[in-house]
Amino acid sequence: MFGKLFDSLARTRSSVFGQITNLLGAGEVDDSTFDGLEALLIQADVGVSTTAIITDRLRHQVTRNGITRASHFREALRSELRSLLPDPPPLKIDEPRLLTLVLIVGANGSGKTTTIGKLAYRYRTRGRKVLLAAGDTFRAAAIEQLQIWGERAGVPVIAGQPGGDPGAVVYDSIRAARARGYDLVIADTAGRLHTKYNLMKELAKVQGVAAKNVHGAPHETLLVLDAPTGQNALAQARHFQATAQATGVVLTKLDGTAKGGMVFAINQALGLPVRFVGTGERIEDLAEFDADQFLNGLFGTSNHDRS
Amino acid sequence: MFESLTDRLQATFKTLTRRGKLSEADVDNALREVRLALLEADVNYRVVKAFTVRVKERAVGSEVMTSLTPGQQVVKIVHEELIKTLGEPGRLELGNQSPAVIMLVGLQGSGKTSTAAKLALRLSKEGKRPLLVAADTYRPAAVDQLVTLANQLNLPVFQEGTKTSPPAICVHSIQEAKRSGRTLVILDTAGRLHIDERMMDELKSIKKQTNPVEVLLVADAMTGQDAVRVATDFHQHVGLTGLILTKVDGDARGGASISMREVTGVPIKFLAVGEKTDQLEPFFPDRLASRILGMGDMLSLIEKAEQTLDQEKALSLGKKLAKGQFTLEDFLAQLQEVKKMGPIGQLLDMIPGLSKLTADTAPGVTESEMRRIEAIIYSMTPEERGDPKVINASRKRRIARGSGTTVQDINALLRQFQEMQRMMKQLTSGRGRGGLFSLLGRL
Repeated sequence: MFGKLFDSLARTRSSVFGQITNLLGAGEVDDSTFDGLEALLIQADVGVSTTAIITDRLRHQVTRNGITRASHFREALRSELRSLLPDPPPLKIDEPRLLTLVLIVGANGSGKTTTIGKLAYRYRTRGRKVLLAAGDTFRAAAIEQLQIWGERAGVPVIAGQPGGDPGAVVYDSIRAARARGYDLVIADTAGRLHTKYNLMKELAKVQGVAAKNVHGAPHETLLVLDAPTGQNALAQARHFQATAQATGVVLTKLDGTAKGGMVFAINQALGLPVRFVGTGERIEDLAEFDADQFLNGLFGTSNHDRS
Repeated sequence: MFESLTDRLQATFKTLTRRGKLSEADVDNALREVRLALLEADVNYRVVKAFTVRVKERAVGSEVMTSLTPGQQVVKIVHEELIKTLGEPGRLELGNQSPAVIMLVGLQGSGKTSTAAKLALRLSKEGKRPLLVAADTYRPAAVDQLVTLANQLNLPVFQEGTKTSPPAICVHSIQEAKRSGRTLVILDTAGRLHIDERMMDELKSIKKQTNPVEVLLVADAMTGQDAVRVATDFHQHVGLTGLILTKVDGDARGGASISMREVTGVPIKFLAVGEKTDQLEPFFPDRLASRILGMGDMLSLIEKAEQTLDQEKALSLGKKLAKGQFTLEDFLAQLQEVKKMGPIGQLLDMIPGLSKLTADTAPGVTESEMRRIEAIIYSMTPEERGDPKVINASRKRRIARGSGTTVQDINALLRQFQEMQRMMKQLTSGRGRGGLFSLLGRL
């Protein structure tokens, strides 16, 4: 199951984190080790301040524990990185409930609609009755795009008119789900930059519609971020958390060469866990995020579970 | 937190009061800050390294100008060097072959389809006759998206559904352009990963068969360190002629643009600055350089103000201000002028220092709030607008009913207006220094 995540991370591994091994391959841990480490982390989009935190802690560990061997250094680095990705509580999507509502939010072009198609497929094949809400009424042909994904995933899509009120679409979807006995509604929203105040307000409204009509909804609000995004990802996450109460992150486009290193900062600064990773264009190319697996992939350790 | 590189360097140089030449130690100190600022702006690690070496060569031993502090001097050198690195604004080179073919390429979700429509609109305004071509047969509904956009803009679009191969669609579109007398063909290709050999081969095949005059990489301004890899790979495979940076209306600093420019050597040709189809702008290196350094974009703001604000009105307003005769009527007129300039958040982003404010806290005045203020003022009599002191409790209730607001809203507006009047007086009497900024901050 983690094979795909590993494969996509293999590319990451060979380009950056794999170099940690090269970096440490030769001899003792010294200042140049840290310089090299800093370069690698920054090039993985980990960011200046998070990189500083990691290298400072490591320096401390190295002096305190007298680490000189490369393998020990690697383990120390691994545990530092792991501590930045604490295990989150279980996803609320999986809790038994009459009706669960998941809201998908994010910037333009991050991969929201594709992710919804993949999520719909994932949960339908696990026996859930899934309904999609075409809440992106703004972008040209966004509704058609979601309908095609709905067909591929074998789940129905509730849509309104282009230019219509996304809140109304979510409301209609909730009613339809209740009437027809669906237990999971996944709602698409239009892509928006977090700096657009009015659009962020609109998102709060959509959220209000969900909260008013389903107890405890939205049960998860997932922010879709694409791995190529740099330091702006943190600002995005901060705003989507503040305005739309984002509860987690879906990291997409991890099948490229981008490292997605900003998830460390997002987890560290905002406590927003990564829940899923998108690893390709096929409908089954979505994996649940697993921090150990993620690090295994980054470190290129071979004892990963490929079942 | 420091807001801009200038503040940062000022802090670094605080202890340094002597004038004269910048020493190597001074410069090294400053460059540490420059390096951090550039990395935080997503400029690639290696590109930053090469860049700081160039700055150091120029800065060490350079004379600090009498009008500048050492910090400002370093910023000036960094800024100039950034502008040089960003290069001249590139123009489209459409040549004299007709139809001229423009090919848009890029990663998934970078904004190719929207950019294709924006580019077509812009060029049609310049007298070209563009044909949009839906060559993305992979992403669900990508063809529909381009067709919808083209219809909105009343521009012709060529599509053959999703069954024909993209290279064939492109070839057919050129025949169609010749037949229907279009002078320009814009190919909207599918988003693809730069490491997907099969998909990159498809691009090569399209390029070979259509012989485009421009191959433009459409890239997201939010891109991080990987921008270098993406640009290099696309350039190697299809030979880029230019870059278009999208989603520039966010608050990403856009350092990826430097990285991509540096590794490909091709010019940046346009910036996409909004979701509306006319929001494609030419690129100005000095502005982008300021933005990357976190110095705001004052020039764009001033230009925007000049374009939209009525000079005469501004002049008469100035006179009124000087006499302390600023009324609610003037306030209303001013609000409407500001509204003409576009979304207020976008304006605030251009002001140095304020960009941080809008990013961290929601702006006080939003479009909807501006509408409410308008409604309140419209519900007042001319007498009340001229002299708000006459507004008593019963008038307040009437205004609230008329504008669909509450008495509290009226009170808040009147308080705000009084405060504004007070500050304007200070400003024009030359006392409150930096008054304009505190005023803008309050808006």
